Amino acid sequence: MSLNADVIRKDFPIFETLAHGKRLVYLDSASTSQKPQQVINRMVRFYETENANVHRSLYELAEKAEAAYEGARSACAGFIRARSDRSIVFTRGTTESVNLVRFSWGRSHVNAGDEILITEMEHHSNLVPWQLLAQETGATLRYLPITDDGELRMDLLGDYVTDKTKIVAVTLMSNVLGTINPVRDLADAVHAVGGRIVVDAAQAAPHMPVDVGELDTDFLAFSSHKMCGPTGAGVLYGREDLLEEMPPFHGGGEMIREVYDDYSTWNEIPHKFEAGTPNIAQAVGMGAAVEYLTDLTMEAVREHEKDIAAYAIDRLQAAGATVYGPADIQGRGAAVSFNLGAVHPHDMATIIDQEGVCIRAGHHCAQPLMRRLGVPATARASFYLYNTPEDVDALIDSLEVAKGWFA
Amino acid sequence: MVRMSLEDLYKEVILDHYRAPRNKGRLDPHDVVLERNNPLCGDEIELFLRFDGDTVEGIAFEGKGCSISQASASMMTEKIQGLSAKESGALAESIKAMMAGEEEGDPDALGDLVALKGVVKYPVRIKCALLGWNTLLEGLEEGGKPRG
Ligand SMILES: Cc1ncc(COP(=O)(O)O)c(C=O)c1O
Repeated sequence: MSLNADVIRKDFPIFETLAHGKRLVYLDSASTSQKPQQVINRMVRFYETENANVHRSLYELAEKAEAAYEGARSACAGFIRARSDRSIVFTRGTTESVNLVRFSWGRSHVNAGDEILITEMEHHSNLVPWQLLAQETGATLRYLPITDDGELRMDLLGDYVTDKTKIVAVTLMSNVLGTINPVRDLADAVHAVGGRIVVDAAQAAPHMPVDVGELDTDFLAFSSHKMCGPTGAGVLYGREDLLEEMPPFHGGGEMIREVYDDYSTWNEIPHKFEAGTPNIAQAVGMGAAVEYLTDLTMEAVREHEKDIAAYAIDRLQAAGATVYGPADIQGRGAAVSFNLGAVHPHDMATIIDQEGVCIRAGHHCAQPLMRRLGVPATARASFYLYNTPEDVDALIDSLEVAKGWFA
Repeated sequence: MVRMSLEDLYKEVILDHYRAPRNKGRLDPHDVVLERNNPLCGDEIELFLRFDGDTVEGIAFEGKGCSISQASASMMTEKIQGLSAKESGALAESIKAMMAGEEEGDPDALGDLVALKGVVKYPVRIKCALLGWNTLLEGLEEGGKPRG
């Protein structure tokens, strides 16, 4: 069941291009992934043969568009083992999904004096919306601390999940540390006090099997563009009963049932949350990405990434780098943040780009985490199903070049 | 070829100022102190200015960040010390124009600062190079000094 990354690379046309005349070594998939030909072709086919608006028209072409769009929804439901397609709201991505929960569930359930619990390792898109909700409602925003190894301080959970906790928002996999968090334990803790859990699966969904039933999560958000799909599409999974009772998010076409001069009634879920013409081709592309990954199996993707991340961490440490996040590969994904002595991450990224190596340098949209780690910035190499040990070797060689500049 | 352009960027001068920054540390007493950062990448500068009438009599900085941001600030302090506020402002503006590709930059007037021109080829790094200069412009304003 293991993956052959050398074969998989052939599905991704971008790898036929060169970077500064050299082999493209793309190590920034945690930011956005590359796209396989299958996904690109699916979107082209949609525009060439199925394009029409959805949910509105009565002709055959529109039925094809509708079937493609709703088929993508079913694919996404299956991908995270959701019981019903009605739980799958299409959004623009993780950020919009989290904000949907903030506006729709948050504003109608969170009051002054309540608590919202997030963690020290959240991405800004699972942090700022909750900071804003806290400011709007007078609730208190709390941060579950992490250890120096980048794991949640689950031993402190009793102090942080209280009768006042209305929402726990947590990432399933950190985009900086790679940490895979014990989300089920957090879900159990917040459910015991009558609160809800929102899971940021932007990094997890592309890289490991995700089962919303096993996690017992109330909401879960992920983005198409990080999992081989196009930009402009994403999913908010919500438990059906919660979505049913939530007020709408955006108002407009498609989300209504009937509109009168002074009031309206709402469409069924998930359509209640999909106002206006959605990103149809992008959703269809996301469905194709889900099929692409499902064919390979997420178990195999995860196994491949464990191997490549373990190799990368070994070689980085041997090269003198400080690597952040959990040491045990079982508890982490393939986003590997590091620092290399005197070579500042920005300088590193510029220099190794000349060698064809693309990494990210900076705060990775997690400024509170950077403060916690006590570093202004890190470099991050993140691996995916198309990365090979050769890519790791190219990274290490390019780092030697960078070190040479500052020697 | 590729090597050449990189060498431009990391010219000896930049690395030299990065390794051994000039006027690094607090300046006490001072008339103005200003802390600014580059939110996108976390580069930080704390700039101290002391005036004697209209002259920038003392200038120093604290900071951390990449070689470009720190070397640029170091070169700036060397160049600005002893200039009038008006001249300082004008120089900052012309460095900004050079980085925007609007001005060629006069090698005689710029001296070491010409090394910064290499950064123009790396658009994402321009804001690193300008962090110190933008902070200086704000500092002059805060010190009540008329801009050139
Ligand atoms: C952990 C995590 N959460 C949220 C996001 C935001 O995703 P998007 O920009 O697709 O909304 C990202 C991606 O940058 C991420 O890594």
